[in-house]
Amino acid sequence: MKITSQARPYVYGALAGLLLTASVGIAGQFFGTSTTFPRAATGVLQLVGFDLSNWEFAQVRDGALTGLAFPNWQLLFVMGIGVGAFIAARITRTFKAEALPQMWVDRFGAKKGTRIAYSIVGGVIAMIGARMAGGCPSGHGVSGVSQLGVSSFIALAMFFAGGVVTARILYKGGTA
Amino acid sequence: MTLILGLITGVLFGAFLQQAEVIRFERQVGAMRLMDMTIVKFMLTTIVVGSIGIYLLSDLGAVSFAPRSLSLGLQIVGGLLFGIGWAIIGYCPGTSIGALAEGRFHVVWPIVGLLLGGIVFALLYPAIQTHLAPIGSFGSVSLPELLGISHWFVIAALAVGAFFLFRFFERKGL
Repeated sequence: MKITSQARPYVYGALAGLLLTASVGIAGQFFGTSTTFPRAATGVLQLVGFDLSNWEFAQVRDGALTGLAFPNWQLLFVMGIGVGAFIAARITRTFKAEALPQMWVDRFGAKKGTRIAYSIVGGVIAMIGARMAGGCPSGHGVSGVSQLGVSSFIALAMFFAGGVVTARILYKGGTA
Repeated sequence: MTLILGLITGVLFGAFLQQAEVIRFERQVGAMRLMDMTIVKFMLTTIVVGSIGIYLLSDLGAVSFAPRSLSLGLQIVGGLLFGIGWAIIGYCPGTSIGALAEGRFHVVWPIVGLLLGGIVFALLYPAIQTHLAPIGSFGSVSLPELLGISHWFVIAALAVGAFFLFRFFERKGL
């Protein structure tokens, strides 16, 4: 059976909803990814011998927010996303090596340095925001809103509010 | 066992994200530029199906859960900051890993940024907890509790709202 491109986001979205239900029912785990990033980053610091013991962040629940929490369900979940996306892309021949996103090049040009600078600054802002809000589009957006949490409805609305305004500023005058 | 389940769940979720094409830069930024609503369709469908599923399990007594704590300070400031960064990099944390796996190698720079952001957040953590977290802090509260109605009413409203939104998107070719 061929899924039309129009139906794709609905079909796979529904499958993801069933998967979330199964994960909660079987493993008791909701989807989430962003906590893994500060854990990985602080884990690398610890690995190279950096002493974090006087950081308040590292003292929360005996280091549960740092690399000491590894390996855990979420780390494997995040790694699995990579494995699953790779397999699906290979099978359907949609794997495509790309140097820069086309939409970015249309607006900002093909200079690599510009993209790298924006990527790092944007990545830092995004992760501070996600951990401050208590989740990203998977943790708050999908898992949190599915639980009908007021915090998650607000966070998801703010993600899009911040995103739409910023995209408008960044891409104004760019070709649609 | 927990680790194996995490891996299996991740593999399936990654495959669904890839096949729905929501891990692409053009889809993510396209949504924020209000040109392409693919990621909104995917997310809302997942939310409607997921909320029916987990509340069914909860009503059957199979699982129990409490929504994440509400702090207006954290969710409003953090949410807006995330949105700003999200529009700049064109990926969220989960999709960045998927995008790397389908060959979009330029996503390593946003991933480096996200990891550095994790360290910056760790350093800011005490100040955030002291100054921002107490603003409008209400603990774990769900929308049905707040409104004093059955969760099924809220889920039904969500489903009907999603249906009309999807119809609007499809008519406009978004």
